[in-house]
Amino acid sequence: MAKLESVIGLEIHAELKTATKIFCGCKNSFGEAPNSQICPVCMGLPGTLPRLNSKVCDFAVKMGLALNCKINNISRMDRKNYFYPDLPKAYQISQSDVPICGNGSLDILVKDQIRKIGITRIHIEEDAGKLIHDDEYSGTLCDFNRCGVPLIEIVTAPDIKSSDEARIFLESIRSILRYIGISDCKMQEGSIRCDVNVSVHEKGTPLGTRCELKNVNSFSAAVRGIEYEIIRQTELIEKNLSVERETRRWDDKKGISILMRNKENARDYRFFPEPDLGAIVISEEKVNSLRAEIPELPNKKVIRYVYEYGLNYSEAFLIADNHDKAELFEKCIEKGECSPKSAANRIVGEITKYMNDTGKSISETMLTPKELSKLCVAAENGTISSSAAKTVLAELIINGGNTDKIIEKLGLAQNSDDNYLCRLADDVISANQKSVDDFKNGKSNAFGHLIGQAMKISKGKADPKKIKDIILKKLKMEE
Amino acid sequence: MMLCDYTAFELAYMLRKKQCSAMEIYSDTLQRAKEMQTITNAYISFNDEAFKTAEKIDIMIAEGKDFPLIAGIPIAVKDNISTKGLRTTCASKMLCNYIPPYDACVIEKLKKAGAVIIGKSNMDEFAIGSASDTGYFGAVHNPINYYNSAGGSSGGSAASVSSGGAVLAIGSDTGGSVRQPASLCGVVGFCPSYGTVSRYGLIAFASSLDRIGSIGRTVKDTYLLHNIINGSDPKDVTTSDIFYPFNLNTGLSGIRIGIIKELMESYADDDVKSSVMDAIRLMEKNGSIIKEISISNIRSAVNAYYIISSAEASSNLARFDGIRYGYRAPKCENLSELYKKSRSEGFGEEVKRRIMLGTFVLSEGFCDDYYKRAVSLRSRLCSEFNEAFKQCDVVAAPVYPKAGIKLGVKATLTEVYSADIFTVPSSIAGLPAISVPCGMTRDNLPVGLQLIGNRLCDKIVFDVAYWYELIRGGIYGET
Repeated sequence: MAKLESVIGLEIHAELKTATKIFCGCKNSFGEAPNSQICPVCMGLPGTLPRLNSKVCDFAVKMGLALNCKINNISRMDRKNYFYPDLPKAYQISQSDVPICGNGSLDILVKDQIRKIGITRIHIEEDAGKLIHDDEYSGTLCDFNRCGVPLIEIVTAPDIKSSDEARIFLESIRSILRYIGISDCKMQEGSIRCDVNVSVHEKGTPLGTRCELKNVNSFSAAVRGIEYEIIRQTELIEKNLSVERETRRWDDKKGISILMRNKENARDYRFFPEPDLGAIVISEEKVNSLRAEIPELPNKKVIRYVYEYGLNYSEAFLIADNHDKAELFEKCIEKGECSPKSAANRIVGEITKYMNDTGKSISETMLTPKELSKLCVAAENGTISSSAAKTVLAELIINGGNTDKIIEKLGLAQNSDDNYLCRLADDVISANQKSVDDFKNGKSNAFGHLIGQAMKISKGKADPKKIKDIILKKLKMEE
Repeated sequence: MMLCDYTAFELAYMLRKKQCSAMEIYSDTLQRAKEMQTITNAYISFNDEAFKTAEKIDIMIAEGKDFPLIAGIPIAVKDNISTKGLRTTCASKMLCNYIPPYDACVIEKLKKAGAVIIGKSNMDEFAIGSASDTGYFGAVHNPINYYNSAGGSSGGSAASVSSGGAVLAIGSDTGGSVRQPASLCGVVGFCPSYGTVSRYGLIAFASSLDRIGSIGRTVKDTYLLHNIINGSDPKDVTTSDIFYPFNLNTGLSGIRIGIIKELMESYADDDVKSSVMDAIRLMEKNGSIIKEISISNIRSAVNAYYIISSAEASSNLARFDGIRYGYRAPKCENLSELYKKSRSEGFGEEVKRRIMLGTFVLSEGFCDDYYKRAVSLRSRLCSEFNEAFKQCDVVAAPVYPKAGIKLGVKATLTEVYSADIFTVPSSIAGLPAISVPCGMTRDNLPVGLQLIGNRLCDKIVFDVAYWYELIRGGIYGET
């Protein structure tokens, strides 16, 4: 049997961080006391009517533009009918036939190759409330605060080939959502969630039957879920059994998917146009003004960083993912004084560590691109040692200031004075006779010890390359 | 003659002349309403706070302050319009204890104008029906003939105005529910262009068809009430403004009155037909031009109406699930049982029939044949009406094929539904229409003349109705 290939499509739901909800004036905020952010409209009380928050459309169009989508100048809202206690109207106002954004695509970098993932559509809709299963109270409680929180749903074409690609795609989407400032994408708050469609088929044959995985609550769960499904479906086919069209629930704790409903029990949502809302009209001018607000996006930056600056993917992603880091990086290398690799190393290394440890953003530190560039240059041309560079960088982050002055003040400039280094070498050799003997007896690691001593005595200021040469020369002379 | 037997305009004059007080008007009307209640069953609830408004108006009068014409006039409000703190049941067991936490837009406007809301009037359950006999609180009897229905669904509103249990009334009209009971009770009922009166707070039956209409004993009274509730509302995005000059026109010779051939060929009792034809001839005699026009699709309006209204109702009524408010069946084992039992026990037969019909016509596999076909029929009918109004200013037609509906006499559903032929075409097209008394049958039952205008041409409908009322000899007699 020929090798089976997996085909994956994603449906990503992201909560938009508008000030108010999609159809009423209630505050859109997470973590408030249960049922404190509700009104007759988002509670779906009899007689209430929705009003569309235009900010939601603006945000969706921005995402559409970021994903190269066709923006539909006229779209409409539809009702998706189903019963559930977290859905007060018993229908979700969503978009069915005519979404706000149509066909688009996103380029991602997978194993240094650009992959174009098709975007089928982006539509806007309202979120539902939350059910709380409380043990103290022998029943289920409803918190309707989340009702009417605006969502966009991004639907991809079945273009994704592996769990790895899916992860990279999801990370790129999250990065873009944050970049254009329309979603916080806080996984633990459920502000970004996804459904996964997986099928397998023999290459060159029609697509296989797909299964939809629900309840995928993190990107890593998506990866695990996809991998599980590929194996499950492959095994079925290898046993000559057929894959059924199913909706399955992903249980991340157990690492398995469980049948929720099959084709016969598929839900019929009975979509029809929402009569309480008019058409959504987005003018070409509006589209253009929103387009002007979109910066260079992280997926483009990653590609550029890898191809132009020779960074590896993970470095490139770590920098591009964060708007502040990307800005620092790009400004730092702007004048071509320091090497991109060197700047990237420091951003991915110490700077990211500092940010993670303190929870501060780059703009909250004292570091400027100009000083980072100077520091990189000083380290590259050997003015300071790599350990001294760390000290200076820490100072730049915490207190700011001028790189040269910090080097001078802390006395960190490397000593490459030949007389000083010769004296230092003599001192080390005479004080470590045992190591000298060991070296002569062929124990080459003894040499390392001597260099280490030299660095220790000079407090790291001795030019490491030069002192190495001098000590080696002297030892050879003694033979 | 009690104060409740005067027209709103007469009472407004008397208040200003200090010939009576608002309290006296209110107590006379309440007395009559309660006397008639045992006969007609026109009310579901009386408003215990109404006297406060009357008192306030009397204080304003005593202080010599200016007050709106409608101030101090007792008004009945159909029980599907939300009134803050006052039970709003939709004549359903489902909502028999539901107290809205907010006022509908029209209620806010009425309160602001000082109208005295005397109570909530009886109706068909959720406004679904045409004889006010489907409700949880029993049928509404016609004040003119006890054994007859008051019509529906706004039967209580029309019966209260007709019997002096209110001077004016608010109803809702989805497929004729204001015009038909007005006709059967011998009063005036006006249904405005769709989108000119806010639906915010009107508990939805079919959102794209629902309109809030006014009922009075004269055209001028009806116009007075309509002028208060007319106008756009930010809470209902389907609304827009049209301007009304205060005075009605009477010099209408030369006005073109259209008669739709296909409609006149539809079945109506001889008495009804001859009364309507007499009215048309009277207008012709007084200088109007009668034009026969053709709207070939008009009879399919009934089919389209029942499909679209049921589809929307199935979605609108889904929120009544026993979870947050309304009737909840006791002792349910699980969620699905709670839904099924609450809805089975909380809704009446006709409502359930429409929900099932609506669910069916939206279902996958049937939606194209039913719902979508009905929608396209609807838009075709709209453009045909548009063409028709190039040839005439208003269309004249009967309101209902019969002058009386016997209560408790079973008719087949198709008979009942197809009797809506005269009212649903303008409902489907969102056109303004009025029902004006135009005569009596041999059995002394009132007959209504329906005048339909082009979209947003509400004023001309009033003008022609007012003029007709005058040439017929005023409200109390015939020429």
